[in-house]
Amino acid sequence: MAKQSIIETVDITKVYGMGDISVAALAGVSIQIYSGEFVAIMGPSGSGKSTLLHILGCLSRPTKGKYILDGENVSHLDKRQLASIRNRKLGFIFQSYNLLPRTSALGNVTLPLLYDRNQEHKMDEMEEKALVMLELVGLADRTHHQPQELSGGQQQRVAIARALVNDPVMIIADEPTGNLDSNSGEEIMALLHKLHKNGVTIVMVTHDPEIAAHTQRIILLRDGLVEQVVKNGKKKRRR
Amino acid sequence: MKPREVIRIAWEAIIKNTIRSILTMLGVIIGVAAVIIMIAISAGTEATIQDQITSLGSNLVFLRSSFSRGGPGQQGPSGGLVFDDATAIAEGVNGVKAVVVEQGSTQSIKVGNVTLDDLSILGSTPDFPSVRDMDIAQGRYFTQSEVDRTQKVVVLGYSLAQELFGETDPIGQTVTVGTLKMIVIGVLDEKGLVGDIDYDARLYMPIKVVFQKFTNSRFARFRGDRVRLIYVELEEDVELEDVILQIQLLISKRHELPLEEADFTVTTQQDIISTQESTTAAFRSLLAWVAGVSLIVGGIGIMNIMLVSVTERTREIGIRQSVGATPEDIRMQFLTEALLLSIFGGLIGIMVGIGGAYIFGAASGMRTVVVPSSILLAFFSAAIVGVFFGYYPANKAAQLDPIEALRYE
Ligand SMILES: Nc1ncnc2c1ncn2[C@@H]1O[C@H](COP(=O)(O)OP(=O)(O)OP(=O)(O)O)[C@@H](O)[C@H]1O
Ligand SMILES: [Mg+2]
Repeated sequence: MAKQSIIETVDITKVYGMGDISVAALAGVSIQIYSGEFVAIMGPSGSGKSTLLHILGCLSRPTKGKYILDGENVSHLDKRQLASIRNRKLGFIFQSYNLLPRTSALGNVTLPLLYDRNQEHKMDEMEEKALVMLELVGLADRTHHQPQELSGGQQQRVAIARALVNDPVMIIADEPTGNLDSNSGEEIMALLHKLHKNGVTIVMVTHDPEIAAHTQRIILLRDGLVEQVVKNGKKKRRR
Repeated sequence: MKPREVIRIAWEAIIKNTIRSILTMLGVIIGVAAVIIMIAISAGTEATIQDQITSLGSNLVFLRSSFSRGGPGQQGPSGGLVFDDATAIAEGVNGVKAVVVEQGSTQSIKVGNVTLDDLSILGSTPDFPSVRDMDIAQGRYFTQSEVDRTQKVVVLGYSLAQELFGETDPIGQTVTVGTLKMIVIGVLDEKGLVGDIDYDARLYMPIKVVFQKFTNSRFARFRGDRVRLIYVELEEDVELEDVILQIQLLISKRHELPLEEADFTVTTQQDIISTQESTTAAFRSLLAWVAGVSLIVGGIGIMNIMLVSVTERTREIGIRQSVGATPEDIRMQFLTEALLLSIFGGLIGIMVGIGGAYIFGAASGMRTVVVPSSILLAFFSAAIVGVFFGYYPANKAAQLDPIEALRYE
């Protein structure tokens, strides 16, 4: 079965600043990620992981190079078009959850549907869909809780429900367990693996080799370049 | 996003930040209330003036002394109007229905053991009630012969009669005015306040009595009693211009002056209304400026607090952008917030303004009239101010970079 490519980048660079003080956060990155894959991005601090993830997540544009997402070249889209791509095709999970304060779990999960300009959702349809997602992440009994009334792990699960609600082609996660204790972290990873089994494509930045080892592939970055791509065979799992 | 959703989100943002929202609205509330109160004051003033003018009676022409030649102190023919001019007009001009001359004074009066000091007395000619639209409640007003013979008769204002005589019939009773004993021959019907003059608390008597007994007579007698003002009431369907010309010719001839050098001016009621209208219009446009400035200050308040709000909510903006809000969505949301805030501020301002106009009127004794169109004007200005001053912060929010917004602490 031919694997369908979700992400293809060709020689992507990202330069911050200009002239003498410019920093090349990415110096020519070409990667490919396939539908249904669970990929980890690793590398030392400052190697460009977040920068790459932001470009993959259409939150910023590459300085040079080509980025094809789900068959569509998105390298030169404007802010408005990128927003629409994020809305339709991507789901984000951040280290610091990034939920709207003073807004219920349900309200947070509904948010992406509100900005869907291709489909007119009715409010109760949206809430129904959000409820399904909250059930999926195991928070059916916390729908009306506000973020400050939830634990870190629960907040991150709300964020995952929000990332899933618009049926994205890919989930993008920047150190999703970075702010969590090991127990909650494991719960979140278990949830991500469950989603992966159901066919969701996931790209995740992590510092934790243990967590990375459980993914299918590790892309190692160093100084804005791909240093190595490691395939995790089941046998390679240590401990 | 559907407008309903935009409004819902904006509304939620407003109620989640109650204090900030109230502060934001404060400027608009004050601005709108100021517009309504100021227009109410100016409309009240205008209405008072209108009432005053129409309550003078209708179809009136006023003759005023003017000392364009010679000056008031000078001897000779050009000394302004005198009492006999009024009689001459009444007798010699066609189309004149009535002529009234007034001369006021202040005297103490006494009935039995009741003494009133500083009472306003008004000397007039017999046509006074008809020209001033006043009715006789009891008895009668004095006649021309009583004026000519300086009969010591008085007519009482309504409330004055009550005060002096209560239940007893005042007709035929004696009133001591200054040192002069006078007989009450009539009581006028209620008229109330016109401007700041209480018509019901005055005492009316033949003008010649006032000239003789109650005015300083030093200047009075080189060509008759000087008067400042003569009221002439015209017949119903006469040519105004024509009658005025007749009056001018007659008086000029009596004063032995050419028409161009007349020592009096003729004003119609319409002239007075127009002058009043132009002064009140000036007053009103001044107030409009003041109110407009306060609205702009309110708008700057909106802009300030919206800017703070955008900074405070940078992260929220980043979150919304990450899930697909476009710059237009963000701009729209903040603009809608500004608009809703100014609309609510406007509505509260309308209530404060209407209440304030009544309270101000009651407290100051000035008349205030809340003008419906001023409410609309204030409301729409508030909405426009909201959108105008909300645009810059909203645009700033829309331009935020998603990554930086998400990183904002
Ligand atoms: N907005 C920016 N302006 C200028 N330089 C930037 C900006 N963002 C990132 N950089 C630089 O780009 C490089 C890569 O940064 P990036 O955040 O992608 O690293 P990272 O791999 O995510 O590091 P960490 O593991 O610490 O999160 C760094 O040298 C950083 O200083
Ligand atoms: Mg990073």
